[in-house]
Amino acid sequence: MNAGLQTELAGIKLRTPLIAASGTFGFGEEYLDFVEQADLGAIVVKGMTREPRPGNAGRRMAETPAGMLNCIGLQNPGVDVFLQDILPRIKRLEIPIIVNINGNVQEDYAYLAEALDASGVAALEVNISCPNTRHGCMAFGVVPETAAAVTAAVKAKTKLPVIVKLSPNVTDVAEIAQAVEAAGADAVSLINTLVGMAIDTHTWKPVLGNIVGGLSGPAVKPVALRMVWQTAQAVKIPVIGMGGISSASDAVEFLLAGAKAVAIGTANFVNPQAITDIATGLRRYLEQQQLQSISQLVGKVRIGG
Amino acid sequence: MEQKSKFVEQALILSNQALSSDVYRMVVQSPQIAHDSLPGQFVMIRLSDKLDPLLRRPLSIAGADPQKGTLTLIYRVIGRGTQQMAAAQTGASLDVMGPLGRGFDLSASRLLLVGGGIGLAPLLFVAERCCPRPVEVLAGGRTKDELFWTELFRDSCQSIHVTTDDGSLGVCGTCADALPALLANGRYEGVLTCGPRPMMKQVAALAKAAGIRTQVSMEEHMACGVGACLACTCGAADGGSRQVCKDGPVFWAEEVDWS
Ligand SMILES: Cc1cc2nc3c(=O)[nH]c(=O)nc-3n(C[C@H](O)[C@H](O)[C@H](O)COP(=O)(O)OP(=O)(O)OC[C@H]3O[C@@H](n4cnc5c(N)ncnc54)[C@H](O)[C@@H]3O)c2cc1C
Ligand SMILES: Cc1cc2nc3c(=O)[nH]c(=O)nc-3n(C[C@H](O)[C@H](O)[C@H](O)COP(=O)(O)O)c2cc1C
Ligand code: FES
Repeated sequence: MNAGLQTELAGIKLRTPLIAASGTFGFGEEYLDFVEQADLGAIVVKGMTREPRPGNAGRRMAETPAGMLNCIGLQNPGVDVFLQDILPRIKRLEIPIIVNINGNVQEDYAYLAEALDASGVAALEVNISCPNTRHGCMAFGVVPETAAAVTAAVKAKTKLPVIVKLSPNVTDVAEIAQAVEAAGADAVSLINTLVGMAIDTHTWKPVLGNIVGGLSGPAVKPVALRMVWQTAQAVKIPVIGMGGISSASDAVEFLLAGAKAVAIGTANFVNPQAITDIATGLRRYLEQQQLQSISQLVGKVRIGG
Repeated sequence: MEQKSKFVEQALILSNQALSSDVYRMVVQSPQIAHDSLPGQFVMIRLSDKLDPLLRRPLSIAGADPQKGTLTLIYRVIGRGTQQMAAAQTGASLDVMGPLGRGFDLSASRLLLVGGGIGLAPLLFVAERCCPRPVEVLAGGRTKDELFWTELFRDSCQSIHVTTDDGSLGVCGTCADALPALLANGRYEGVLTCGPRPMMKQVAALAKAAGIRTQVSMEEHMACGVGACLACTCGAADGGSRQVCKDGPVFWAEEVDWS
């Protein structure tokens, strides 16, 4: 039974508050041998660009203490192939599909918003926080004005709910969140990965082909939780929390901090049935706490008193 | 719902023995995965439910017995994950995810298996599955410390050719040094190779010159093992790319961009 886990996000009905994070769940099909579809609230597909992108050369992954660095570099087949070949296939899943859109310049985001507007996807997630591309992307997400401008450009081209994905590589995440809210964002999601690095002490070379990469996994959870809490207090639009969530208790922490839904990324690699295990754990938690709905947890962290 | 093709099993460790100073052989009870495994496929293993080390480790399937429900893994101790694996006791359990990837095409009737070092692990499963069809193996190692491979292949291979880097056993040199003579004498219809990339590249070139097609088993750093993270991309000869975990790890040599 899922009744207690149902939620709603910017007009999208979710069977559970558990979303598969962009770039960690392919196009949604790769994990279907492991995850119960009814436990998945939504799937955010791999970051999409206007043209196909090969991604970065050299090594793209390095394990770090309780985490991992990646520098995939937005490898994707481009929006045309997505619309023609991939979307018709994954639409059959009866799970809301959210497309993560990326660009080098503001027009790229507007182009993608228009291309996807009538495609039948549930929402767009505007990635202004990818640390792994040379141009654009994260550059938009670290300055309130450009973050707002990209948001407005996307909103102007689509009627779909627009989620803006925020970067943790900023001094004041709440300021960026407020800027995109004012520009019309329907929700924000955070955090994307933290820029990190690893060096091979035998060769004295960076481990990653791209020198730096994005840190994810349990190692980033306390930082992510703090940023979700700060953001939830600063905006009225819903917040999707993520960063290192591996268990039901991690998910509860993010809900208490103010996230209306949470996304699961790196944990899928470690435990391919992570989302189902977390859904099961959340149902048990509601029962133990004698709560009817997950919404009774959102933002209820007890501070003071 | 389509039938599941990949599983996660908490596999009972039946044995875990040292074969040399740093290579171990582990047999686990993993009935679902053992039932479906094909030579060339791999598993992703996790040793504990701790969050560090975090990620699963890819290991080739070195043998699978669908009747007994057992899976054999042969691994070299490299870092923290394989150290923990070597320390695992019989009776403990190993979290195994698989079978993953695309294995070898075994339709050619006379196969030559060319393996460098730990790359012989998936080829052992090939030899077992092909038996009693005639299969030959060319095994390359560093020193005679790796003699155990000849023992492992003895039951399933018609002839075993050995090279060592230091000449302490068999021909002195690498597999690629010993290959031309074998290709000149044998009547192989296919070459299957796994080992260091430069070795596989040379093997494929030599086999091609002799008019024989080669299948190679590629290696890349992996996070997910199922095509979801795009960490394991390798360049393809058609200018595109492939995921080693999902489209491979076995490819026809001519599919790969070797540059
Ligand atoms: C498809 C495939 C099949 C393999 N089959 C075997 C096998 O049968 N036997 C065997 O001994 N080894 C095999 N390997 C290599 C094996 O995965 C690594 O030796 C192992 O992951 C090392 O883990 P560690 O924790 O001991 O080392 P660490 O160096 O501590 O590992 C750190 C990280 O790097 C990764 N890593 C390290 N070395 C490699 C490598 N060579 N290839 C890919 N990732 C690596 C680890 O998975 C981990 O994420 C295979 C690799 C692949 C991709
Ligand atoms: C391999 C990998 C690829 C990712 N690709 C994307 C991407 O294309 N777009 C995006 O917005 N975020 C991407 N992310 C970030 C995740 O969606 C998520 O924000 C981040 O990993 C933190 O969550 P986690 O700790 O649960 O993984 C990627 C993360 C990983 C590990
Ligand atoms: S390891 Fe994730 S796509 Fe291959």
